[in-house]
Amino acid sequence: MIERSPVFDFVTYLAMALGALLVVIPFWITLVAGSQSLQEVSQVPISLLPSSHLFENLAAAWTRGDLGPKLINSFIVAIGVTVGKITLASLSAFAIVFFSFKARMLCFWLIFITLMLPLEVRIVPTYSIAANALLPFQVILDTLGITGLVQAVSGVQIALNWNLLNSYPGLILPLVATATGTFLYRQFFMTIPDELVEASKMDGASPLEFFWDVLLPLSRTNMLALATIMFVSSWNQYLWTLLVTTDRANFGTVVMQLKALIPAQNGTPDWNVTMAGALIIMLPPLLVVAFMQRWFVRGLISRDK
Amino acid sequence: MERRAYYRNGWLPWLLIGPQLILVLVFFYWPTTQALYWAFTLEQPWGGGNTWVGLDNFLAIFRDREYWTTVVRSAFYAIVTTGLSMTVALTLAAFVDRSLKGTRFFQSVYVWPYAIAAPAAGVAFRFIFAPESGLIGSINAIWPGIWNPAINGFHALAMVIVCHAWLGIGYNFIFFLAALQMIPRSITEAGAMDGARPFQRLIDLQLPLIAPTAFFLLIMNLISSFTDSFGLIDVMTEGGPIGQTEVMVYKIYFDGFKGLDYSGAAAQSIVLMLLVIGLTFVQFKWVERRVHYN
Repeated sequence: MIERSPVFDFVTYLAMALGALLVVIPFWITLVAGSQSLQEVSQVPISLLPSSHLFENLAAAWTRGDLGPKLINSFIVAIGVTVGKITLASLSAFAIVFFSFKARMLCFWLIFITLMLPLEVRIVPTYSIAANALLPFQVILDTLGITGLVQAVSGVQIALNWNLLNSYPGLILPLVATATGTFLYRQFFMTIPDELVEASKMDGASPLEFFWDVLLPLSRTNMLALATIMFVSSWNQYLWTLLVTTDRANFGTVVMQLKALIPAQNGTPDWNVTMAGALIIMLPPLLVVAFMQRWFVRGLISRDK
Repeated sequence: MERRAYYRNGWLPWLLIGPQLILVLVFFYWPTTQALYWAFTLEQPWGGGNTWVGLDNFLAIFRDREYWTTVVRSAFYAIVTTGLSMTVALTLAAFVDRSLKGTRFFQSVYVWPYAIAAPAAGVAFRFIFAPESGLIGSINAIWPGIWNPAINGFHALAMVIVCHAWLGIGYNFIFFLAALQMIPRSITEAGAMDGARPFQRLIDLQLPLIAPTAFFLLIMNLISSFTDSFGLIDVMTEGGPIGQTEVMVYKIYFDGFKGLDYSGAAAQSIVLMLLVIGLTFVQFKWVERRVHYN
């Protein structure tokens, strides 16, 4: 440590405490307001100490926001995206880094260009594909004349249709179709020494055995990091879920319910229930980040390299 | 990225990479191409085909004064959010980097905002800033009507910006701290022996050394303020009062899905895409240069 003057140490602690306060205040207010009664929460100025009504507010928010089924949906989507992304990303990065085939660099770029445009920016066109995810294949078949050929030969008309609106694939697949995970895995696979590949070849292991027995165990940290990042980002996804689920009762996620929990303009200002609901919705990703911090920080940063 | 040891196998790599390629084709390349097509055609909302209109859709939005107001507002939003969030995060990272006793606790707390959904933070901040609530609203008890984001567009925008900046603290902090910790101690010590005070060292020594990270964060923050603002605005203000917190993504959503003006929304999407691609491109260029000078 360089300067160790008591004054400077004090300033450091003071600044860090102020920073912690800045970060924690919104959480604290959410917790405090969520534990108060309607009268307490409407007081001006409000008391900054928790009260005793937390559980009844949680129960009220649970019913009002229909949070039970919505939590299940959120977990299905978040876990689906996480598992899907890890599987696809590790496999495609494996192909890109460890195989020699003609279109390798083309595939590399095709996948990595997707990093450029986040889903929110291309929301309008992506929505159009959700009505029929097989449309591109239909058009390809039509253009190649296969549709006409099949119809002429067998009399069957090919009409591919897969509507993704109000379905779990619709909620999950567009979130999986980005390159973040592939990039992370690629960066890691590049650090694997050639000797390891050669040794594995000499032992007579197949490429898939090398992947399963050597690469996957080595990339465990990487996987935990990616899992944390994906879980948080898909749990918190808002715009896409809002568009793709018109049937909110069955396919809505908890984050979509936040708006429904806000008191109406001229209704009872029961912010205590709203905040209790927000607490439930914030908790799962917060717990994941708190427990996985060590790994996911490393993963986030290696994305920059 | 050249390796000496490769596998050669005709079909296996295609099998491995196939699923990802199909997803990317269906959910990225197809829709983006489609958007281009829409932007240059006019589609009837209830079907009935598209007619080619050339640049008309673009000219229509560029002639629209309201659109330019939205663009300027988005730029303001992006710059202020980024500036606030990065300044706070850098300050915290600089103090944490001294690694005094007990720093670990603060370090883990600062990461928390990263985990929070934008709309969830939006709800919390909406309550904190509500004119009738007992927090910021308390000042209305002293000076009636001095704070009201429900009526005053500037108050509403400030509220959303503060919330967005808060959300970014965690992410920015992680990167700043990592960059600061990668600076060799010997350099900082040499600076101290030359008599540079901590603040002077931060400005003259550490900042230039972490410039690549700062630049990366700058771009990431700008992009995030264009993309992540939707959830916040939808929950906090719904673009109001009278459209005074409408930013580009929100306008696209509103025109496309509420107004059913797909062609206009597609043209706006293209403009936003070009903007984001431009920012990413600048970043790639910078990364390339950095590798060069190392």
